This record gives sequence, structure tokens and C-alpha cells, in this order.
Amino acid sequence: MTDLTKLSLADARKGLKDKSFTALELTDAYIGAIEKANPSLNAYVATTPDQAREMAKASDEKLGKGQGGALEGIPLGIKDLFATKGVHTQAASHILDGFKPEYESTVTANLWRDGAVMLGKLNMDEFAMGSSNETSYYGPVISPFRAEGSNANLVPGGSSGGSAAAVAAWLCAGATATDTGGSIRQPAAFTGTVGIKPTYGRCSRWGTVAFASSLDQAGPIARTVEDAALLMTSMSGFDPKDSTSVDIAVPDFAAAVERGVKGLTIGVPKEYRMDGMPAEIEKLWAEGLEWLKAEGATVKDISLPHTKYALPAYYIVAPAEASSNLARYDGVKYGLRVSGKDITDMYELTRAAGFGREVKRRIMIGTYVLSAGYFDAYYVKAQKVRTLIKKDFEDAFKAGVDAILTPATPSAAFGIGDEALASDPVAMYLNDVFTVTVNMAGLPGIAVPAGKDGQGLPLGLQLIGKPFDEETLFAAARVIEKSAGGDFAPKQWW
Amino acid sequence: MSVDAATVKRIGRLARIRIEEDEVAGYQNELNAILGFVEQLGEVDVEGVEAMTSVTPMTLRRRDDVVTDGNYADKIVSNAPLTEDNFFMVPKVVE
Repeated sequence: MTDLTKLSLADARKGLKDKSFTALELTDAYIGAIEKANPSLNAYVATTPDQAREMAKASDEKLGKGQGGALEGIPLGIKDLFATKGVHTQAASHILDGFKPEYESTVTANLWRDGAVMLGKLNMDEFAMGSSNETSYYGPVISPFRAEGSNANLVPGGSSGGSAAAVAAWLCAGATATDTGGSIRQPAAFTGTVGIKPTYGRCSRWGTVAFASSLDQAGPIARTVEDAALLMTSMSGFDPKDSTSVDIAVPDFAAAVERGVKGLTIGVPKEYRMDGMPAEIEKLWAEGLEWLKAEGATVKDISLPHTKYALPAYYIVAPAEASSNLARYDGVKYGLRVSGKDITDMYELTRAAGFGREVKRRIMIGTYVLSAGYFDAYYVKAQKVRTLIKKDFEDAFKAGVDAILTPATPSAAFGIGDEALASDPVAMYLNDVFTVTVNMAGLPGIAVPAGKDGQGLPLGLQLIGKPFDEETLFAAARVIEKSAGGDFAPKQWW
Repeated sequence: MSVDAATVKRIGRLARIRIEEDEVAGYQNELNAILGFVEQLGEVDVEGVEAMTSVTPMTLRRRDDVVTDGNYADKIVSNAPLTEDNFFMVPKVVE
């Protein structure tokens, strides 16, 4: 039998329906692959093989009767940020030690409703704060990719580094992820996978550990555009339990994948042409535009004048919201407690021991910008700049642009423990320079593999869409996927 | 704007994170690097611009004022480090 883990999610679905194999066989294949790979890659922080087999058996029963949901029997990995009932949910943080929620997040509940099987919980940057998956309490995720002729370990990107690595290394058929400033799209670009951050409000935030509530959005990482579309259809939907969930119908995203780009206008923002941008990124971007043109799209130069202010505004808004959201970790209700001489001492010692350095740094920044005397100068100012960033996009869409094409990241994946990045927090933050605007404006954005750098490492392009028009993104991303035609799978070394 | 050592300690107290003496300088450098980076927002003219309150045009939904959930105190305290009779236990707050 062929290696079942190498099938796309769409092909696995067909195979299950045709009874070429069972959900239990498929699940066992993934469990075996995880056992073999995880000591090297560290993509999973917890595995749930017994639960997975039970879920797979239930799926086989339904499939046997010709029943079952859209993802019946499909084994998935779940980012550690999503609450899963009775299962490890710690946002890869020490402060949530031992936390096993009594409830299920809406996004994962939607996936189980449609028949998906849970393989376990995926590693990530602590509280989704990071761009390299090195801030996890559980240690870094190692990318399945290596530069040609090198044995050096690379980062898979972050914060959804476990999700991206597990999908690329065939340790799940697809994964859930979240994106606050680029945390789905940047790791997808680094690992040759497809990741989409839906429009803000498309997926419920209920039961997902909060980082920056006005920016956080869940989405899938998958090996193909079609697989990502299948996952997103199940993950999305109105949820009365999330006050920012939007009550509109969920389209069949997979039906839009082969729609093509004929007649679409693709915007090319000049502000994304950064000084010192590597020539190979520049080339990739130009190629992407040619591919879209060849399929009937029109390319139009546009200006998004406030682009350069998105990242600094983000580093006010996101830490401010994080400092408020993370106030709940106090050693009383769940997780770690470090005893002190009085209650304030207990809070301070618990939070000092429980949060990692990056999380503490962001809480400190957030606390500062919200503190008396600074609120208007920082937070209110940043929210005004955010209005301008959103208006830039609105103006472009009003002028007839259907989607915008940009690079996904300023470079390919970098090494674990990169010293230049470790010593300068701002240098690491620059990884999100192309993705963060999308969160600030609440728009959908997809990263799709489009080429490789000189060392054979994957590079991605990003498409940005109108609010709730993810369908156009899937269609355009599919054109890039087909045109790139490359093999973006890693060479197995683990 | 930049922060001094005393401000770092004050932020730590406000955030309820113990900052040890030997950590102050490190945090001070990092916070000042980030504050230096965000300083460029000063260039943006925001005269007459409204601060964003919601990224999607929406009014917050209302629901009927009725009890829809609850009566499982045991579940709520099930993850707490220290409990007794379904109460969270903390060090004495009032002398």
C-alpha cells in the first residue's frame, strides 16, 4: 500500500469514501509517522493516539453506512491554542501547566462535527507571540526543511510553527492555526504549505486562548489550496458565543478553487517593494504576476501609503490587548502557582516564573502604553493609524482591485538560535512586515508556495482579499499553485 | 520617549510581574528598542481621523437577559491549583 500520510486531504477523503482504506488505517499511519518524527521535529506537544483511534473507528462506522461529514475520518493536528476538552491546552506556556479545559473551542467542535479525527496538540510560540516558534516552553519546532547541502536546523516560522511543520512533514492531513500578525501565513511560507487567515469574524474565537482579540483569527494550514479550502469550510461559521463572529453564510470554499482569475484585477502595492529586498523575492513576485496575467487577470499598480506604519502600530495594539487578556493568569484559577508571602507576592512570582521572556516583554510594553498619561500618545494614536491602514485597502478595492499580490515574507526560513534576531526584538518583528497590515485591516490573506530560494528553501506569495471574499483568494492561489508547479515537499531526513 | 530603570520596575509592579534587580537593564534596553521603533508613528498626520474601535462594521449583538449557562462550580474550579468546597483558595487578603 502507498504511504497514506502522503495523500492530500482531498485524496484521503476520496480514498475513505471509495473504501480503498479505512479511517483507522489512515489514523494509524499518521500516529506511526508522528512517533518516528516527533523526537526530531518537536511539532507535537501532546499526542492523543487512543482518542484518535476511537474517533477513527466511529468514522469508519459512519463511512461503512455511506454516511459521514465533510471531513469524516480525516486526521488533523490542533494548535495548542485551541481548547480541547480534557486534552492538553497550554498555549505552549509554563503558566498553563496541567490545564485541561472542561469545554471545546467552537472551531475544533466544528471540525469534530464534520467527522475529523484529532491526532494531538501542536507546538507554537508561547501565547502565539513569536515568528520562529522559539518562544515555546516546550522548545523550538525544527523545520522539516534544510538548506541544500546543510544539516543546520531551520525554524519553521511562527507562531503556528508546529502546525506548519506537521503539515509539511506529513504528520497530519491538515492543521488548525491562528494568525494575529502573520502567524499562519509566515510559517506556511517557510514550509512550502498553504495557510489562510480568514476575514476577522469568519471563524469563532470562542475557546481559543486570546492574544490580541481585535486581531486574532483562526484558519487552516494544509498541503494544497484545495485542502485549505476544505478545512476552512468546516472551521468557519457564525457563533453566538463570540460577539465579533459575523452572521453570514459560509460558502463552499472548495467549489471556488478552480474558478480561475479571468477578468480579475490584481493590485501590486509599490510600498511592499522594500529597500534591500532579496532579488529572489522580487523575481518570485514578478513571476506570480505573470502567472495571473497568463490566466486572464489584469495587473494594476496601487499605493497603500500607510503600509510602513502597520508594524509599529501593531506593536502598540497587540501588546496592549495582550497585557489585558493575559491578566487572567494569576495562579488562582488554573495552571501554575508559585506561593508568596501575600497575594500580590504570589501573583508576581507566579507570573514571573510562568511567562517566558517574550511574553513578559510584550505584557510590559502593553502595560506601559495603556498606563496613565501614555494612553492617548500610544494606543489611541495607533488605533487612528489603523483606521488609515484600513482606508488604504478600501480605496484600492473601490478603485476596482479584486485582490492584492505581495511577497509573504521578506526572506526564506532562518536558522534556529539566529543571534542577530535574538539580540534585537525589532529585527524578529520585521518578519511580519508583509502580513501584519492584513490583521490591522481585518482582511483575509492567503500564503501559497510559489518558488524556492538559492538554497532550495520554499518561498511564498501572499494574496490579500476584500472582506469575506476568501473565495477569490482560493481561486487566485490555485492559479499560483498550478503555475509554480514545483514540488514543495521537504526531503525526509528525520 | 524612553523608559528609565524606575519606570521598568513600576511597569513590572503594574503588570504584576516580579522583575529582579539583575533583569532591569535588559528589559530597559528591549522596551526602549521597541518604543524607539514605534516612535515613527509621530510622522503620521491623524488630524480628524477616528480611532478604530471595530475592524468590521458591526454593532454588538444583544441577547435576552436570561440565564443560559451555569450550575457547575466543580468544573469551574477543576483546574485550580488549590480549592476547597468549590472555592478558589488564595493567601489571606484582609488582615
